[in-house]
Amino acid sequence: MSEPPEQQPPAAAPTTSSTLTAFYERAGGFLVPVAATVVAFLIGGLVVLITGHNPLAAYKAIFEGTGLNYVFPWLSDDERRAAARDLQQTLLVATPLMLTAVAVAFAFRCGLFNIGGQGQYWVGFIAALWIGTHLHGVPRPLHILLGIVAAIVAGGIWGGIAGLLRATVGAHEVITTIMLNWIAIYGGVYLFERGGPLQAVPSLPQSAVIDDSAKLWVIWGDIQALHAGLFIALVGVVVYHVILNRTTLGFEVRAVGFNPEAARYSGIPVARSYFLALAIAGAFAGVAGAIDVLGFQFSVETSEISASAVGFTGIAVALLGRNKAVGIVLASLLFAALQVGTSSRQLDPAVFDPELASDLSTMIQALVIFFVGAELLIVYVWNARRYLRTRPTASQEPVV
Amino acid sequence: MVQDPILELRGISKRFPGGVVANDAVDFDLGRGEVHALLGENGAGKSTLMNVLYGLYGPDAGEIRVKGRRVDIRSPHDAIAQGIGMVHQHFMLIPVMTVAENIVLAAEPVHGGVFFDEKAAEQRVLDLARRFKFAIDPHARVANISVGQQQRVEILKALYRSADVLILDEPTAVLTPQEAKELFEILAVLRREGLSIIFISHKLDEVLEISNRITVLRRGKKIDTIAQEGATEEGLARMMVGREVLLRVDKRPSEPGDPLLSVTDLSVYDDRGLEAVRGVSFDVRAGEIVALAGVDGNGQSELIDAVTGLRRPASGRVEIAGRDVTAKGVRETLAAGEAHIPEDRHLRGLVLDFTLAENLALHDFRTPPASKFGWLFPQRLIERARRLLREFDVRGGGPETPASSLSGGNQQKVVVAREIDRDPQVLIAAQPTRGLDVGAIEFVHRRLVEERDEGRAILLVSLELEEVFALADRILVIYEGEIVGEYGLDATAEELGLAMTGVTRERAA
Repeated sequence: MSEPPEQQPPAAAPTTSSTLTAFYERAGGFLVPVAATVVAFLIGGLVVLITGHNPLAAYKAIFEGTGLNYVFPWLSDDERRAAARDLQQTLLVATPLMLTAVAVAFAFRCGLFNIGGQGQYWVGFIAALWIGTHLHGVPRPLHILLGIVAAIVAGGIWGGIAGLLRATVGAHEVITTIMLNWIAIYGGVYLFERGGPLQAVPSLPQSAVIDDSAKLWVIWGDIQALHAGLFIALVGVVVYHVILNRTTLGFEVRAVGFNPEAARYSGIPVARSYFLALAIAGAFAGVAGAIDVLGFQFSVETSEISASAVGFTGIAVALLGRNKAVGIVLASLLFAALQVGTSSRQLDPAVFDPELASDLSTMIQALVIFFVGAELLIVYVWNARRYLRTRPTASQEPVV
Repeated sequence: MVQDPILELRGISKRFPGGVVANDAVDFDLGRGEVHALLGENGAGKSTLMNVLYGLYGPDAGEIRVKGRRVDIRSPHDAIAQGIGMVHQHFMLIPVMTVAENIVLAAEPVHGGVFFDEKAAEQRVLDLARRFKFAIDPHARVANISVGQQQRVEILKALYRSADVLILDEPTAVLTPQEAKELFEILAVLRREGLSIIFISHKLDEVLEISNRITVLRRGKKIDTIAQEGATEEGLARMMVGREVLLRVDKRPSEPGDPLLSVTDLSVYDDRGLEAVRGVSFDVRAGEIVALAGVDGNGQSELIDAVTGLRRPASGRVEIAGRDVTAKGVRETLAAGEAHIPEDRHLRGLVLDFTLAENLALHDFRTPPASKFGWLFPQRLIERARRLLREFDVRGGGPETPASSLSGGNQQKVVVAREIDRDPQVLIAAQPTRGLDVGAIEFVHRRLVEERDEGRAILLVSLELEEVFALADRILVIYEGEIVGEYGLDATAEELGLAMTGVTRERAA
């Protein structure tokens, strides 16, 4: 210990692997999702080629369908108008994805796998819808605020039920959140189906339309326009980052996520963290539902409830975005762009069959997830190896 | 130099990216039927040298000679072909497969050209085990056998591939003292059978016990190779660390004050619902170190858990400075003035993926100055970490380095720094030097004695008698969940050994 401090001990031998892992994780945090996306598009291009189309032309058409070409300065006025409409749709789709992805990411940082984003989204949606259709004569900002708060509470309760079950009796959140999804979906169908308590249009399984005072402000466009929910979602992503990194709650959540036994040893109430993490995750997904209904849907039909997949796509977005705030925003945009760019009304059949296009989009999404997932698996195995080596005689105490 | 060495390394150098020289012109030779120990602190370059020999790293300079012929070892496959086998610290076994299957893996006996011949495999393993006097069941699943037996499987794996040079990388690090003794017996048999063994270690006593010659590495350089005869622990420690090391801790007689930790009639159940601690009572007073000595698994872990609030005791009472903390949970126990260096720093002591700053804040992040109204101040955590890392001489990273990238000794210093900085009245130190090298052990021991002199009450739980003798002012022996004896500083190792194995109690009964 009395050696001069500048003399670095040659500790490289035992730490090379961990340094390598650290570097890999850091670089991989950005590189891998990008590489996975590129490779997925290359393979998608091959498939396009096999179907007898020009992949470059197909991708160009899809790209133009997303409206992302709006930023190019050389567009004509007509093209710019069309691009604007497409870009509005892309952003509209990306908005709830950001929040359902945060719902997955937040729980994940606590070591929990929240599959319940779909159910949490719908209870939030329905709660905001109820506020929008049952309160009247409330000033607009207040009405909107009440709708969102109702969604936060509903989503929080829905996630919190799974959290409570995990914290108290140890019921695994993957199972309980999936079950809660079906309860939310069938519960929602029951509410609005013919004869249901909230069915509002005679002979149609539909809700009433929310009051104008509950509608979010339009910020861009006219038909199915982009609404202020985009800002709410972005604020939500920032809130996620801040809770996680700048609050004691986030510290506890991360400690539990990395090492629940060390957290318990430090006096962090692990069970409470599980509950809070899932409740807060549910609240984020609930807000996603609120801004969809208050932003552009305004009412709901039972068929929409069972068809939606925004909660599940959130899992993929969180995975691709590496549970990072910026990553989630970018991954939401990618997934939304793929969805909008390949939707059948966007494509010229001469360039690529519209019927195949949405399959292509699904395929590319799946490939992206596959490659990101495979890489995570490699890092996981690598770390598990290191972990086994460093604690070979660890006892197997249950986590309380 | 020995006559006609089976293996020679000449001038091996290995540099890592970033300019760290892990091996600097190291010479090493191994005689036939010899146990040659490679001794050095963590990070001295022992593993690097062996990884070069085993073909995992290519050397930047130097040559390897096997049986007098110069060889080029590019992969473990080449090494095995040259008769070199390596048992890694972390075992490379497949838990779901049987012992026999693991041993023959990648060189399985077959019948009909393609089919795995299970009978032949078992027979060969049995023959091998008989020849080298190994007690092992070839049908047992690796997942179900003890760590010591898994190690034997690894050794058999090397022998099965006709290794005549065996590299053992810190083989005792994962073993209990009893298992280590058994390993040494096995090594003696192997040596008689003509095998040559390279034994990597940083434990002085076992190196002296097992080896014929000892080569010491320090900071990548070979310091010397000496014969076992005439070597002493003090001399080896000096060579390893490069200066005098106090193997005996310098300490004044204790001046105990009032009891700060009082345990009364405590009983605790373990995870299986068995009574692991049975009606234990003792006090630890201010300014003394009380050691709880015992063979692993006699209730120490459950006792620590109950005293630190991690486990609810079945009955009895725990008081910290007069405050009843029985079954009050971790947070209240911490608040009452207790600190706890846990026995497993990776399982409990650290969140390996957290930065050092975050790890150092693990207990205190809820209160100012680390946070206020739930709002965390990361910059303050970093500033505090910077001070503690300097004060406790933690090397290998700064406040924002993840804990996982530090060496074991430095990780332990982080844990010790955090616990001592809480300014506790009672410090529970469970195996505080497990897996550390002499330099780090000396540091931790010195700090513990300093804390004692500050007037803290320290409960040391250790499996190593040497540590118990070095630090304790009073010694309690635990056997099958009961305190079976209290000893002063005049106790002998033999007395304690008998008490720890229950003999004393039987006699008294």
